[in-house]
Amino acid sequence: MTAVTTPPKKQAQRGRPGQSSPKLAYLPIIFLAFAIGVPLLIIVVYSFLEKPSQGTGVKWVFTLENYKALFIQEKLDGTTALDTRYIKVLWTSFYYSLLTTVVTLALSIPVAMWIATRDARKRNLLVALVTLPFWISILIRTYGMRQIVADEGPIGKFLGIFNIEWSILYSPPATILGLIYVFLPFMILPIYASAERFDFRLAEAAYDLGAKRMTVVRRVILPSIRPGVISGIALVFIPALGSFLQSDMLGGGKTNMVANVIANNFGQARNWPFGSALAVLLIVLTLLFVLIMQGAAQRRGDKVELV
Amino acid sequence: MASNKKRRASYVAALAAASALLLSACGGETTADSGAGEATAAAGEFPTTGSGVVNVYNWTDYIDPEELKRFTAETGIEVILDTYDSNETLLAKLQSGATGYDVIVPSDYMVQQMIELDLLQNVGVASFPNGGNIKPDLVDVYWDSGRNYTAPWNYGTTGIACNFAAEPGCANIKSWKDYFTADLDKMDSLKDQVEVVSAALRATGVGKDDLCTTDKAKYLAAEELLAGFKPDVIESDGGIERVTAGTSNVRHAWNGSTHRMTVENPDVQYIYPSEGLNLWADNLAIPVGAPNLDNAKIFINWMMGAEAAGRQSNFSGYDNGITGSDAFMDEALKTDPAVVVPADKQALLSPLPNCGEEARELYTQVFTTWTTSQ
Repeated sequence: MTAVTTPPKKQAQRGRPGQSSPKLAYLPIIFLAFAIGVPLLIIVVYSFLEKPSQGTGVKWVFTLENYKALFIQEKLDGTTALDTRYIKVLWTSFYYSLLTTVVTLALSIPVAMWIATRDARKRNLLVALVTLPFWISILIRTYGMRQIVADEGPIGKFLGIFNIEWSILYSPPATILGLIYVFLPFMILPIYASAERFDFRLAEAAYDLGAKRMTVVRRVILPSIRPGVISGIALVFIPALGSFLQSDMLGGGKTNMVANVIANNFGQARNWPFGSALAVLLIVLTLLFVLIMQGAAQRRGDKVELV
Repeated sequence: MASNKKRRASYVAALAAASALLLSACGGETTADSGAGEATAAAGEFPTTGSGVVNVYNWTDYIDPEELKRFTAETGIEVILDTYDSNETLLAKLQSGATGYDVIVPSDYMVQQMIELDLLQNVGVASFPNGGNIKPDLVDVYWDSGRNYTAPWNYGTTGIACNFAAEPGCANIKSWKDYFTADLDKMDSLKDQVEVVSAALRATGVGKDDLCTTDKAKYLAAEELLAGFKPDVIESDGGIERVTAGTSNVRHAWNGSTHRMTVENPDVQYIYPSEGLNLWADNLAIPVGAPNLDNAKIFINWMMGAEAAGRQSNFSGYDNGITGSDAFMDEALKTDPAVVVPADKQALLSPLPNCGEEARELYTQVFTTWTTSQ
């Protein structure tokens, strides 16, 4: 009897449960439009302008020279030739990012699977541990990395016992190591999110039905965590392309990633329009990469939305 | 221009540039109602104490924190210190309309450009109570003849720091050419376009008066020389730490930072390259729109005091432009040939080249080719 007289509480609430007014989204959308859209627009506009003869900034005169200068160089000996300098820098950035993505992926899948197969309490603790690096500024962590990989750092000292020479600081391997270190959590977390939802009874079932270990991984587990893998690749590869700090601090400040060249144009070289053009080129290439990824994902029927 | 002004990782600069970009789009060009004509303000009674704050925008690790405390104790003005990593960052920030700074510290060539761009106030520095302390040969400088806009701060040279004990090859480095072609282990370079390219030009036979040449053949020779130069590190900051830790043995370095290295490790000595080297001078100036003009004047006047200037030099390792300050300078500083230029080296010094647009572009081109081919 009592149960019948209980008033239906849910109907007293506004809207449906779990749903709130779309107006709440307006503010973040406006903020994002300003924080992302406006600077982007400025960069695009600047890339078509001339630089002033003095000081920094831009002169409001339309030009395509900045884009031409990305690929064509008037050499000091007076000849005009294909400028390979920026193409090379872009290629280096692409190569480092690709390497970072591959290594973080290879490291993350086992780690994510392992975390996902722990019991719930341990899982939460382990995920918290993965996010632990975010508690410390990336600048400080990169300084720390510099101490660790230094010739006289702990690794160098340890290898010194066996007379193995260790000297990677201020070289590309140190940059790549720094990238892997920084981006590893961004690969683990999305893969873990997919793996956590995976019903491991399916893997057991596959074993029971006679599948070999690798077949289970290939045919059952990997397809289930693929959305996480794709998100992870996007979260690692794209920011890695534009990373600045690692090549600056661990690579010896030698300008070998595109972000360093862009920064130099906004700094010492005082050529904002050219720096903008280079930034636009990087954005276009990144977008292209995202579209390719998304196309590939959609063809396979995965529900992955990157743009 | 001093290595102890650490470039606290250039990404800070990148951030500054990015925000500057944003600001400049909104604010447009700085409307500089040029400070000229305000010189008369200094003629009246000069304030010695004040209240509130003075916002100082200086290179990193370039000002003695103890001196700032003393300044606050005696004048009642609190110092708010913010730092930057290069003249170009400073310029970008001011040009994008950033206000809120009362005292800035641009180098020589940058002062000239800032005056031309109406970014500095003419406050008649020479007529300040301590204005008479300016060393006579630093009064009529090309960037501010008569010292109306700026007070001298520290000055120094850019040469080579070498650890003679750890690297026997140091004994063979007598010139820029030797440095660029030495091909030794643990070599460092500054990340400074003007310093690196001008040194390469000198190494390929360009004279000190010709460093702003627009003759492309000369830059081509410099570019070819640099093509064979592959240092471990190209960075302007952290040089003192690296050389004293033994991570670097040969470094393109400022004399003041070399002095600080020598204090830590006497084996590190400063080399005056035989082709000549750049002499640069930093200055205190007040930007247009400074919110605390009187406090800025008090601050600059304070720093032109002999005792304050001497103590500041003890901290930074550089000589300064104030007469009588040597009475307050450490003996180690006054006897270091890196800091006090020996008589036979005087002729090697020439001002940091202040090139026009065309030469500057050529500098950029050589520097870019070099840094992207590492």
